[in-house]
Amino acid sequence: MHRTKPLVHLQPKKKARIISIHGGHQFCRRMCVMNLRVGQIIEVVSKQPFMGPLTISVGNCKMTIGRGMAHKIHVEEI
Amino acid sequence: MIKKIVLMGNPNVGKSVVFSRLTGANVISSNYPGTTVDFSKGKMRFEGKTIEIVDAPGTYSLEPSNKAEEVASEMFKNADLVINVIDATNLERNLYLSLELLERNIPVIIALNLWDETKHLGIHIDEKKMEKLLGVPCVPIVALTGEGIKDLVSSIKKAKSPKKIKPTSEEARWIEIGQIIKKVERIEHKHHSIRDRIEDLTINPITGVPIAIGIIFSAFWIVRLIGESLIEHVLDPLFNTFYLRLMERLSDILGPGFIHTLLIGEYGVEIEFIESLGVLTTGLYVPIAVVLPYIIAFYFMLSVLEDTGYLPRLATLVDNVFHKLGMHGHGIVPMFLGLGCNVPGALATRTLETRKQRFISATLLAISIPCMAQLAMVFGILGKYGIYYLGIVFLTLGILYIILGLIMNKFVKGESPEIFLEIPPYRRPSLKATLKKTWMRVRWFLKEAIPFLFLGVAIINILYAVGFLQWLGTVLAPVMQGLFGLPGETSTALVTGFLRKDIAVGMLLTIEGITPIQLTIAATMLTIYFPCVATFAVLIRELGIKDMIKSAAIMITTAFLVGIIMKIILLGV
Repeated sequence: MHRTKPLVHLQPKKKARIISIHGGHQFCRRMCVMNLRVGQIIEVVSKQPFMGPLTISVGNCKMTIGRGMAHKIHVEEI
Repeated sequence: MIKKIVLMGNPNVGKSVVFSRLTGANVISSNYPGTTVDFSKGKMRFEGKTIEIVDAPGTYSLEPSNKAEEVASEMFKNADLVINVIDATNLERNLYLSLELLERNIPVIIALNLWDETKHLGIHIDEKKMEKLLGVPCVPIVALTGEGIKDLVSSIKKAKSPKKIKPTSEEARWIEIGQIIKKVERIEHKHHSIRDRIEDLTINPITGVPIAIGIIFSAFWIVRLIGESLIEHVLDPLFNTFYLRLMERLSDILGPGFIHTLLIGEYGVEIEFIESLGVLTTGLYVPIAVVLPYIIAFYFMLSVLEDTGYLPRLATLVDNVFHKLGMHGHGIVPMFLGLGCNVPGALATRTLETRKQRFISATLLAISIPCMAQLAMVFGILGKYGIYYLGIVFLTLGILYIILGLIMNKFVKGESPEIFLEIPPYRRPSLKATLKKTWMRVRWFLKEAIPFLFLGVAIINILYAVGFLQWLGTVLAPVMQGLFGLPGETSTALVTGFLRKDIAVGMLLTIEGITPIQLTIAATMLTIYFPCVATFAVLIRELGIKDMIKSAAIMITTAFLVGIIMKIILLGV
């Protein structure tokens, strides 16, 4: 069993399952609309340096999200 | 009876292409495809009747999260029928909006776009089964080639409101989508392709940043190459032989007088297309022979960058810089569009989420981003003195963009949320679609810019005739000379710049004894001090009058400060 950690600490090319999403209703809804939901498997494609954003892939779809957002998404590495 | 059809879908699914397929040539309103933030309206003939078609901006959900999405959900409210364009290669994500639409009890047709692409990717979709499950027509199409568009049109009759889908929660929608996907979609195992490899390389910071710099430089190099070749081989020969003779004949016929000054320029002086300041000489030559070639070249390159899907990757790579300027990576889109013409750039600020981000992005656009019309003229007048002077102009503008961004980020109130952007897969742009897009934008330039240039030149001539510009020049001369070290006549160019920046730059050439350094300072100030009237009007609409006054105050203050600093550094006085 792996520990959960914020998505922001996941290394590039690693896969993980979303365990929980923290934040306001608006934030959770926005994540949900983009198919970022509890139970989904995501992969970190790249991380930009100097507090830059993360690019992740969910299913067939890639997206870029800010570090602050990636802090609010907790994942379990698989 | 169907009177109004609205096209809806996620961003980047080719809605605008479907739109131009359906409406043919009858596009009325402005269109900036790929970055559609304003809606376009068109008409289609269907069974002897005219139906209005509206292309809404892309949206992920009917509950909007930025201004462009708000426009989209507004549009939806007065539709008789919705054509939901979806990216068939990304069925799951796209179906979320579809379900929201289906819950609203309005007739819907689903257009499965990029159908050809699904075959290359090994995705199999059973559209008949999907039709049965959703209770609405599902039509596979390839908008780029026009495949399936006929079926789409004929399915308008079959469209009806679905009965099966009840309004649910976000979570429940995804569960339902999961079940639909399981029944209708089958994906073959995918090999790691060369395209995946390129996608990785361009978004990984170590390789991505050098690639981005290379792409931007080659893009501008190509723009220059295309622009210069068009001028040298097509337009200059045309104007300098045929048209010049025509104007000389006209000059003989007209004889001296105000009409001659207005149409051609001063009588008895050799016609110089840039400097004569006649409606038929400068008013026609500047937009067509100096600016248009670069506009064509620039919009062609921009369309290629958009259609391949490179821009969102660029936005990702520059996000950390833009975030410090109070925006996020997406701020590069209004900036790029603004390099063509500031008007679409100002409209594109809508894709940013908050007031703070829109304010900063619009103000920086107006101050630091010269449009292609102005760029072409600046290259024209300063290029001959060498790269040094051009370098000063662009370096100053670049530094300003960063410094003002940092300052505004600190002092403008409001939130600056982080980037949240879909990264679409790379697609090979189709030459036909790229050319069409380029043409739509070029046509927009012709329609908007040329009347303004004619008008601008005419107004300047009238103001000259009544002596207003001479008076203004004398009154402002001490300010121009004292503060910025520029000849008094520069003030007339600055006034003209409000109408059209390109003629204003041209007017600098007519000033006697102006030095290259003075030209450099004047050209820089012309970019900064105020946007042209067309951009100004759009900015008032986008920012509201109160914010626009603040923004204008920043522009004017900046222009003054920069003028003074440049004088001290460059002229040493």
